[in-house]
Amino acid sequence: MSPLWAGVSLITLEHVSKNFDSPSGSVRAVEDVSFEVDAGALHVLIGPSGSGKTTTMRMINRLETISEGTITINGRDVRDLDVVELRRAIGYVIQQGGLFPHFTVADNVAVVPRLLGWPRARRRQRAEELLALVGLPPKQFADRFPRQLSGGQQQRVGVARALAADPPIILMDEPFGAVDPITRKQLQRELRRIQAEVQKTIVFVTHDIGEAFLLGDRIVLMAEGRIVQNGTPADLLRNPASPFVTEFIGEDRSLRALQHTYLAELAGSRPDGVPDDVPILAGTLSIPQAGQELARHDRSNREGFLVSDVSGRPSGYLTYQQLATVLGESIAPAETMTSAEAAPDPEAAHVLPV
Amino acid sequence: MRRGEPLDFIAYIRDHPEQFRELLLEHVRLVGFSVLIAILIAIPLAVLTTRLAWFERPMTWIANVGQTVPSLAILGLTLPLLGIGFRPALFALTIKAVLPIFLNTVIGIRGVDRAIVDAARGMGTSDRQLLWFVELPLASPVMFAGIQTATVQNIGLATLAAYIGGGGFGDWILQGLAMVNPPILLAGAVPVAVLAMSTEMILRGVRRVIVPAGLTVT
Amino acid sequence: MFYLFEQPERVFELTLEHIRLVGISVLAATLIGVPVGILCTRIRWLESPILNLSGILYTIPSLAFFAILIPYTGLGASTATIALTLYSLLAIIRNTIAGIDDVPRATLDAARGMGMTGRQRLFLVELPLAIPVIFAGIRVATMAAIGIAVIAAVIGAGGLGRLIFDGLRTLDADQVLAGAIMATVLALVGDWALKRLGDALRRDAGAAAEGR
Repeated sequence: MSPLWAGVSLITLEHVSKNFDSPSGSVRAVEDVSFEVDAGALHVLIGPSGSGKTTTMRMINRLETISEGTITINGRDVRDLDVVELRRAIGYVIQQGGLFPHFTVADNVAVVPRLLGWPRARRRQRAEELLALVGLPPKQFADRFPRQLSGGQQQRVGVARALAADPPIILMDEPFGAVDPITRKQLQRELRRIQAEVQKTIVFVTHDIGEAFLLGDRIVLMAEGRIVQNGTPADLLRNPASPFVTEFIGEDRSLRALQHTYLAELAGSRPDGVPDDVPILAGTLSIPQAGQELARHDRSNREGFLVSDVSGRPSGYLTYQQLATVLGESIAPAETMTSAEAAPDPEAAHVLPV
Repeated sequence: MRRGEPLDFIAYIRDHPEQFRELLLEHVRLVGFSVLIAILIAIPLAVLTTRLAWFERPMTWIANVGQTVPSLAILGLTLPLLGIGFRPALFALTIKAVLPIFLNTVIGIRGVDRAIVDAARGMGTSDRQLLWFVELPLASPVMFAGIQTATVQNIGLATLAAYIGGGGFGDWILQGLAMVNPPILLAGAVPVAVLAMSTEMILRGVRRVIVPAGLTVT
Repeated sequence: MFYLFEQPERVFELTLEHIRLVGISVLAATLIGVPVGILCTRIRWLESPILNLSGILYTIPSLAFFAILIPYTGLGASTATIALTLYSLLAIIRNTIAGIDDVPRATLDAARGMGMTGRQRLFLVELPLAIPVIFAGIRVATMAAIGIAVIAAVIGAGGLGRLIFDGLRTLDADQVLAGAIMATVLALVGDWALKRLGDALRRDAGAAAEGR
């Protein structure tokens, strides 16, 4: 564990802004962003390109300078820390892994331990441990080079590398953006399994709303440098802060993939005590249609909505949390659509070929 | 050009073994020293260039223009400045060798995948570690290609160095031209050609060997 | 420096001679190199031996190359032209192959689909699209030839090298300087002009590709 912030690791951004100098003058990339990342939680930063999500994340480990505002970790201003020590104490995963092509897989995983001066044997042991954790048998993979790995495998090495020195915080910059959708789904499930095991504080940048719904404990939606909404996945569905939120969620192709999935298939039976004033939606609505329909209702302070059956009786019920989970799983709908619980099967992830 | 059959150059070399060895030594020394000095100048300069944003444009501009200057012109320009002999020749050859090594080092370092540099910095490498762990190893094939170009090019340039008293096989070529004597002419020319071609092929082989493992695997 | 002003006519004459030597050699190399490059893209196994051969030729120091040719072709401009042509081949052949190989598969498929014969594909599609790359090769070859032609003066081919060699022989630094400066200026101007021409060609090719 990094000595810099043993124990809880709370990240706080207060009124953070970022200006970039460009030939045509200063450009505001991030505007007055404030949020907190709880220890052990996974926060997703999401938004269209140019929304400032990556810049915001890169200010945490100071790959970008902070123009205004403060970022603290466990109460310590990141600017008061030595930049090299700061970065070694934070795991970092980027798209396509950013693996060193001239290092073996094991050496790649052990980069930060090496920078920290761990002895060789301990580095090797740690690398093997982590390769096993991310589902790459060390015997088979430790001495290969990145070029001999598939994109998905490289991405696993990238995750293992970020965990190497056991940093309590990990920053992930569209880590699964460059792999095919099926592999991406696998990696997302793997990450959730690993996260359940290691309980890191993770800031995760993506533009894929499905990924955000699947992985995020909280989602920070950004546009044009500002935060549009910061909430749980269910919050975003239940209380979208603006039409932009609904639109952003609705435009995603993962949602379009659900146009042949209907509410009736997802809804569970209506539990007792559901008030009558919650919205009632027809079971024949597809998920995208339901999203638009819900936008017309007042959804504040409600956990879910009622779903009517063929005879028009509101006999079914679906929570926003369940809907969010479905959205997160939507790229591989067949596996999760059978149950409204949509609980991830932790075993399933292991069976999938690497 | 009828004094002696051209192929008599073999006999000429055989008759002058001492001189042959001396010219070979001079030639190799001129090339070896100039490339070595050029490496020591060019690589640090290139690293510095990639570190200082304002330095890059003027430096690469100078290097590119320098590349365009005909080699004989460089030799010619050193004469009024430094006179004749081994040192002016060494000076001109060194300048000429700095250019490709410098440019290739800059290109090599600049060519390292941005994502890899970003990952390295994000993991907390110091500037020095970034250079030694990541940038130089990954740039090494391109850098070595620059050294190879410089070496082969200087074997040729060293021939011209004879004109400013630098010695080497150019001496015999010069003599052969002046005396209109094909065997002497070829006694200088053929060994230089062979030296250049074999060096090129040897360095190509070396390059294949020194490429960091991992860059060549598939 | 003063030599330039004292003997402007001689300098001008030698510059023209230099340009002529380079121009003829590069023209000859283009006339040989482009068809050879095309041949290499049609008969694939030829590519590697031809590129290797011209690559090795390229490493031979020019003075040595001239010297080796002299017993057979004599002193003078023709020997220099032969050597310069051979030197220029590498860049032109290599770029011709690269340029044709760079033509997108889809474009070729479309051409084939429209019923073009092999010859029509070559002249209507492949060569026009490859021209910017081929021209880049010609530019590289020209730049090298300008430099090597300076050395050709030693075998009596004329050109700006005369000033340098004459100066070296008579220890006339002024004359050496004049030759060196003029050769450099010629190289820089040539490089600039060819670059502009290349950009124009690329724009045309781009416009043509878009207009299609």
